[in-house]
Amino acid sequence: MTDIAAPSAAPVHRPSRLSKLVKSIGLLRESPIGMLGAFLVLFWVCAAIFADVLPLRDPLAQSAPDLLRPALSPAPDGGTFWLGTDDKGRDILSRLFFGSRLVLFWASFATFVAYSVGMLMGVAAGYRGGWWDEILSFIGNVFLAFPQMVLYIVILTQLRPDSPAGELLAAAGFTTVWIKGLTIVLAIMLGTAPQVMRIVRGLVLDLKSRDYIAAAEVRGESPFYIMIVELLPNARGPLIVDACLRLGYVTIAIAALGFLGLGLPPPDPDWGKMISEVRGYGAAAGNAMIWPALAISTLVLGLNLLADGLREISLRD
Amino acid sequence: MVTPVLELKDVSISYYTRAGAVPAVYDFSLTVNPGEAVGIVGESGCGKSTVALAIMQYMGKNGAVTGGEIRFMGRDMRTMSEEELRKIRGSQIAMVYQEPMASLNPAMVIRDQLIEVPMIHEGIDARAAEKRAIELLDAVRLPDPQRILNSYPHQLSGGQQQRAVIAMALLSNPKLLLLDEPTTALDVTVEAGVVELIKDISKRFGTSMIYISHNLGLILETCNRICVMYSGQSVELGSVGQVFDQMRHPYTRGLFSSIPLPGADRFSHPLVPIRGQLPLPRDRPTGCTFSPRCDFFVPGRCDKPIPMLDIKGDPGHEARCVRYDEIDWAKYKPKGVETEPMEPGPVVLKVNDFKKYYEIRDNSIGALIAGTGSRYVKAAERLDFEAREAETVAIVGESGCGKSTFAKVLMGLETSTGGEVLVNGIDVGKLPVKKRPAGMISGLQIVFQNPFETLNPSHSVGAQIGRVLKKFGVAKGSEEIERKTHELLDFVKLPREFAQRKPRQLSGGQKQRIGIARAFGGNAAVVVADEPVSALDVSVQAAVTGLLTDIQRKKRTTMVFISHDLSVVRYLADRICVMYLGRIMEQGTTDQVFNPPYHPYTEALLSAVPIADTSVVKKKIVLKGELPSPMNPPSGCPFQTRCHRKIGLICETELPPVKELAPGHKIMCHLPDEELRAMEPVIAIARKEIDETVSAATPVEDAPMSQAPAQLKVKKGSVRKSLVKTPGDNAQP
Repeated sequence: MTDIAAPSAAPVHRPSRLSKLVKSIGLLRESPIGMLGAFLVLFWVCAAIFADVLPLRDPLAQSAPDLLRPALSPAPDGGTFWLGTDDKGRDILSRLFFGSRLVLFWASFATFVAYSVGMLMGVAAGYRGGWWDEILSFIGNVFLAFPQMVLYIVILTQLRPDSPAGELLAAAGFTTVWIKGLTIVLAIMLGTAPQVMRIVRGLVLDLKSRDYIAAAEVRGESPFYIMIVELLPNARGPLIVDACLRLGYVTIAIAALGFLGLGLPPPDPDWGKMISEVRGYGAAAGNAMIWPALAISTLVLGLNLLADGLREISLRD
Repeated sequence: MVTPVLELKDVSISYYTRAGAVPAVYDFSLTVNPGEAVGIVGESGCGKSTVALAIMQYMGKNGAVTGGEIRFMGRDMRTMSEEELRKIRGSQIAMVYQEPMASLNPAMVIRDQLIEVPMIHEGIDARAAEKRAIELLDAVRLPDPQRILNSYPHQLSGGQQQRAVIAMALLSNPKLLLLDEPTTALDVTVEAGVVELIKDISKRFGTSMIYISHNLGLILETCNRICVMYSGQSVELGSVGQVFDQMRHPYTRGLFSSIPLPGADRFSHPLVPIRGQLPLPRDRPTGCTFSPRCDFFVPGRCDKPIPMLDIKGDPGHEARCVRYDEIDWAKYKPKGVETEPMEPGPVVLKVNDFKKYYEIRDNSIGALIAGTGSRYVKAAERLDFEAREAETVAIVGESGCGKSTFAKVLMGLETSTGGEVLVNGIDVGKLPVKKRPAGMISGLQIVFQNPFETLNPSHSVGAQIGRVLKKFGVAKGSEEIERKTHELLDFVKLPREFAQRKPRQLSGGQKQRIGIARAFGGNAAVVVADEPVSALDVSVQAAVTGLLTDIQRKKRTTMVFISHDLSVVRYLADRICVMYLGRIMEQGTTDQVFNPPYHPYTEALLSAVPIADTSVVKKKIVLKGELPSPMNPPSGCPFQTRCHRKIGLICETELPPVKELAPGHKIMCHLPDEELRAMEPVIAIARKEIDETVSAATPVEDAPMSQAPAQLKVKKGSVRKSLVKTPGDNAQP
């Protein structure tokens, strides 16, 4: 017979998932832009992971005489404020590093939640069609009709920790930071999930006409199985790229909310809040403002470049 | 001596990929003389389209001609500037691609797309250009050129689009026309018309042609000379007669043995696939690229680079085989293992008066006022047929004839509008898959057409087969599932390691085998095969049809084989239903359908199928017009708008009666019985002198006919009499 080898009963080698992952990351080396992006993102990820271990000053310790110092100023205890201090005499470098934990955690969490909801809505609207599509798309369009920032502000001001909903959460044992964080996640989910839904819906509309979907239907699979096991994994290519970009947008949104005073409560070092805290001091605050701004832009730039790199690689053969 | 229009000398072409340069074509030489039509034939990946792109000097960023000469009218194109090339492309050399819709700009009317060709290349004004465009639309036999000029591409049918593209290619009177699979996307009867037109081009315009195709039958109909390519090289070159009747390369021989020519039969004359696989460009063997698959391999001679050799005593015929004069070509004909025909069992599938309508809602206000809010498309109307155990029933027809609609209902993806679809006595027509019990689901399965879509690219082959086994309750627990998965892989003759592979690591034929394994995983009683081989290369097709026959023998499965390809159907099917616009026009045993009396549509369909055999003489029937849309079927007989035997008003007003001309042979037509019976066979074998062709012309001796036991033992001689005709008694119209 043709195109076959003899059947063999030899035990078969299975490549591990880890080795596959390493191999696919190795592909990124072919895109210089992607490499730069990955480097920037990894820098902040490492900063977040090793903030405890690194010889950093206490990010919350205030030093009354050292307000708004420039970079490389000597500290009273003989150390150095490498990037200077803010309006309360706290070390900017260590606040940036510890702040990256908050930013990365909440941005990833919010993106993850938005993506989960958006993917489920998209795959259901795309695959089931009909009324499912009509209703889900309508809900999505309602939220997309709001200017995003307005939507965020409305939700965050309505769900403050001292609002009835906030008090309910507090009674359930959530700390203020968590209540604040979760409301941010909710707001971002409502603003982002409809956009994700649109992308997924489009991808699914294309995928659902493939024969392997018909094959699954013909063998009597449930719609849920088809959506999760047969459809979603095949949409992952464009979604990974988009998720990377969207993580960048969410980072900006969280920083902007922090800047508007709607972010995480003080004294935790949130990058957006770090800028807004010192903006009243005018030119004297230049040094204290430029570093968190740089931190935000390098992280977001890194994510965007990484997404570009991933796209470039996925388009090549 | 005349200057050849095109001369390729030792051309090598490479593509640059991540893994480095991949030689796509190498050591390729070809000469095209004025007015000549040269066919390039080969399987996918052999480099035939790459040659066409190289001739246009249009390789894209990652490809380049790395050696040799490409001379057009005596000038080396490789030394021309981009400016000179631009002047030649489209005016001196024109190209027609496979997909007409992709060759036309959807945002421009045909007029603008046509007139810009001579306006740019010759600088003539719009009026003169339009006059020329009308002449050419007329020349490509498009009726009403004015209407065509004012249409956008989407307003034309596929056949009209391709004709418009050919007209565009001919507008500036090119010296050379490249056609890359120009009819592959078209229906058979439409294809026949376009082929007729292409045949005429050289004669009428003096244009030289290169016709690229995987279909040997089309090359036979259109070309003077043929070049057979294999794995980046030409392996045989010569006139059509030389290559078809006196082939001197084992690959060409293998190619002809694996296509279903008239006379092939899955039991007595099974097709013989070429063993092994097309090598990837990177793992090509040194020396003869065909050597690992060749029966005549000799170490020390075949593993050295082999040039094209002139065949002694046969001028103009070349082959890339060092042993061409040692092989006894008259005797070398790969022969498959003969098997006993299958004895059909009781009726398993019975279709009574089956109907499927699709509702189309028009929500516009005008439609609501006029009360035409919903209309029905009759995808299938009054189907009546049955299939027995271990029997293959083919449903044949062109696009829109309703053959896939029936498959969908049988599978439970749609429900019927009326009538019954009885499987072992249970009506499944109204049962969507959700409402079917597990046993019924696993008993009714399908093999899909497109190997590249049939498997989920995200999951391993083993996981996909395992899921079927689990779902159908064939195996429980991971160990048993793995064991049964391996058994199924053995069953479709694939190595067990494939369980770990992802679909993209498999070739088209291998994927199709997995698709077959999946369909038969739950001991299906009825399997629908929806064009399971039409997307595969010919040498793989033979293997897959062989596998299907084997499995059917072992499992005694009833197969409903859906196809547009009459050659494959003739080879595989016991009985045939010919459908047109939702109705069965003719049904009967394979023998009855392929021999007169015919329904006029069957007659035209048979005439349209290209056959790669020089000894076959076909009656020429080219249907006029295009397939009507199923949304707007003609009144009376659905075929009346294109029928070449239309008798008059009755065809337009009344639905023809179904006549049973022989037991089980039903034809739906107004023609009187005498006229139907007086028809001549469409396909006849003209010559007898070449012994191998005559042996190939052994009559179609089919599996026992279910309804006509008296006719079961047809004597070979008697069928041959009707099938084999001398040219004298088959006058050409």
